[in-house]
Amino acid sequence: MMMTIFQNLSVRRFLSSVAVVAVIAVMTGPAGSTEAPTAGFTGSFSEKSSFFGLFETIRWVPFLFIAVVFFAVWTLWLSRGEQLKGGVSKALAAPRSATQRRPVRWGITLVFLFVAIILPHVISDPFWQAAMVEQIGVYILLAIGLNVVVGFAGLLDLGFVAFYAIGAYTTAWVTGALPTPPLFGIHMDPFFAIPIAILIAMLAGIILGAPTLRLRGDYLAIVTLGFGEIITIFANNLYGITGGSQGTAVIPHFSLHLGPIKYLWGLTPVPYYYLTLVFVVLFLAAFSLLEHSRVGRAWTAIREDEVAAESVGINPLKYKVMAFAIGASTAGFAGVVTASQSNNIFPSSFTLQFSINILVLVIFGGMGSIVGVVLGAIVIQTGSMFLLHSPPAGYQPSDLYIYLGALLMVMMIFRPAGLIPSRRRRREIRLSEAGEGHADEVLTGEQP
Amino acid sequence: MSDKIFDVQNVTLRFGGVVSLNDVSLHQNRGEILAVIGPNGAGKTSLFNSLTGVYQPQEGTITFLGRDAKPISIIGKKAHRVSAAGVARTFQASRMFSALTAFENVKIGAESHRGIGVLGAMLRGPATRRGEKTSDAKTEELLKFVGMTDKANVISASLSYGDRRRLEIARGLATDPQVLLLDEPAAGTNPSEKIQLTELIRKVRNEMGVSILLIEHDMKLVMSLAERLYVLNFGGVIAEGTPDEIRSNPAVIDAYLGSSTVETEERT
Repeated sequence: MMMTIFQNLSVRRFLSSVAVVAVIAVMTGPAGSTEAPTAGFTGSFSEKSSFFGLFETIRWVPFLFIAVVFFAVWTLWLSRGEQLKGGVSKALAAPRSATQRRPVRWGITLVFLFVAIILPHVISDPFWQAAMVEQIGVYILLAIGLNVVVGFAGLLDLGFVAFYAIGAYTTAWVTGALPTPPLFGIHMDPFFAIPIAILIAMLAGIILGAPTLRLRGDYLAIVTLGFGEIITIFANNLYGITGGSQGTAVIPHFSLHLGPIKYLWGLTPVPYYYLTLVFVVLFLAAFSLLEHSRVGRAWTAIREDEVAAESVGINPLKYKVMAFAIGASTAGFAGVVTASQSNNIFPSSFTLQFSINILVLVIFGGMGSIVGVVLGAIVIQTGSMFLLHSPPAGYQPSDLYIYLGALLMVMMIFRPAGLIPSRRRRREIRLSEAGEGHADEVLTGEQP
Repeated sequence: MSDKIFDVQNVTLRFGGVVSLNDVSLHQNRGEILAVIGPNGAGKTSLFNSLTGVYQPQEGTITFLGRDAKPISIIGKKAHRVSAAGVARTFQASRMFSALTAFENVKIGAESHRGIGVLGAMLRGPATRRGEKTSDAKTEELLKFVGMTDKANVISASLSYGDRRRLEIARGLATDPQVLLLDEPAAGTNPSEKIQLTELIRKVRNEMGVSILLIEHDMKLVMSLAERLYVLNFGGVIAEGTPDEIRSNPAVIDAYLGSSTVETEERT
């Protein structure tokens, strides 16, 4: 009797929903103790329960309600999935030609640009103005840079923070904020740090990439992870060069002296916002041209079938190193903006968690899709800033990663190609689910 | 007949203790349609992979006399260098860039041998735009040549086997090869597609002057198409000659067509 009930799919689904929600209840509940071992479910009367402060007590009631809703959504999703079985044929439908899409895309782009330009006049809260530069603008730059590596070329880079740190420390060096004497012995404006930082980060990318990009998948991820850690440890311990854990001396703001034009980007975030916006737009334009160029197609070819790509004359190593170098120089550039804007840099800000944070933006937004990645960065960073600015009762800053992790899991199950997937990637995922195509497969030619 | 395009001398390829090619010597003349036949596991695909730089044989020499008949040693060269030298190929299980359209597939072949120019690509400078135009024109021409103009915007994964084979040939031709290596081009195609394919292969040789080296199991197709054949068995060459000579060669009948004709003629 009991067994037959458990064999029913919807009963199992319901029990799974309850189990998932119970885990969330325990995770977000008050700390357990020997006196109140069931605090996760019953809640404690002395403190507010932490699930966004929605429920005050007897937590299992609202959580059961969440489980029911979750179950309903799940069931609905499945019944809708039946209709979507035609996914593969949809993926194979001929793409609309570029000329058909062009006016619409330009229109959307202009609307977004307009919103971005007037935004600082709408939002006057200094917290949000600063966040738009430090936490959103810079992160968009980093995310589109990592997108070139992860999304376009299909290489997993877990040490992206290293290049960001290199960019930031190069700025400190060029402007004379390090214990080491600056380049050519003069204290230069951060604007001059831009080409130098881009160049050095790019070189670092090539030096790291050339020997290691022969590795595949997991091995590459581990090597880049190690590189990220090495750079952080260098920054921390090379006291005489980097200033160690004390951080750097004051890095000046950007300033412009062009004949009669004099401008100093000071402490207020708005001028920095516009400067970052200009940089973001430039990078976006360059990368979308790159995606639809020969280089972008070659990356797609390598990602899909490296052996076939090589057989038509594409040198995979060269293109992979190139993707690495482009990603690295973008991160280096973002480092310049951060260093100049925040005046001081500390080794403690360049952690593995930072690399993973950027990777989450890329995966959430949609690997390989520039629009998706930008939107992903905006959504996630705005969300986490909102939690920081006006935290719900019981929320701790370190809780953020619980929610980010959960979000990522849900995304991987329901929208594996990301928020706004790239057309090519979505097709690849659908095709490989249907057993077609070689994307992400490790193959070095047919066996004899 | 001294104008060779491929000259393979005493090539031996081993994987650990397994000898895949054993002291193979053969050559292809320029402009020739040459076929390599043999039972499954005879080493045909290994030979192809050695000729294109995918495998590196331990012994012997492979000389390719490409443009201007300049001799180039293939062994030790990476696959993309071999492609740049003028050797194009197709694969046994056709390997398209399946999420891309037919047009994009061919275009990737057409543009791969030019310099990379990232900055040009990011700024979309005049040189880049000119390059795009050249490759677009070349791609259109090749799609027309293989008769797939109407399928240019179709995602390659949804093409039929016959179309994929033709597309792979177009992609190979886009790299401006001197010789085209076809690994079982007729596998998985229906009889009418086979006829089209045979005509296409002849057209490639006659109109474009590209030499053809082909592996095929379909005896009818091979015998009608090839001008000369090599027979491989257990990694070694056991016979060489015109289709008529091969048909009457006792060693071939014994080893390949012999007692188990039905089994070997069938594709796995």
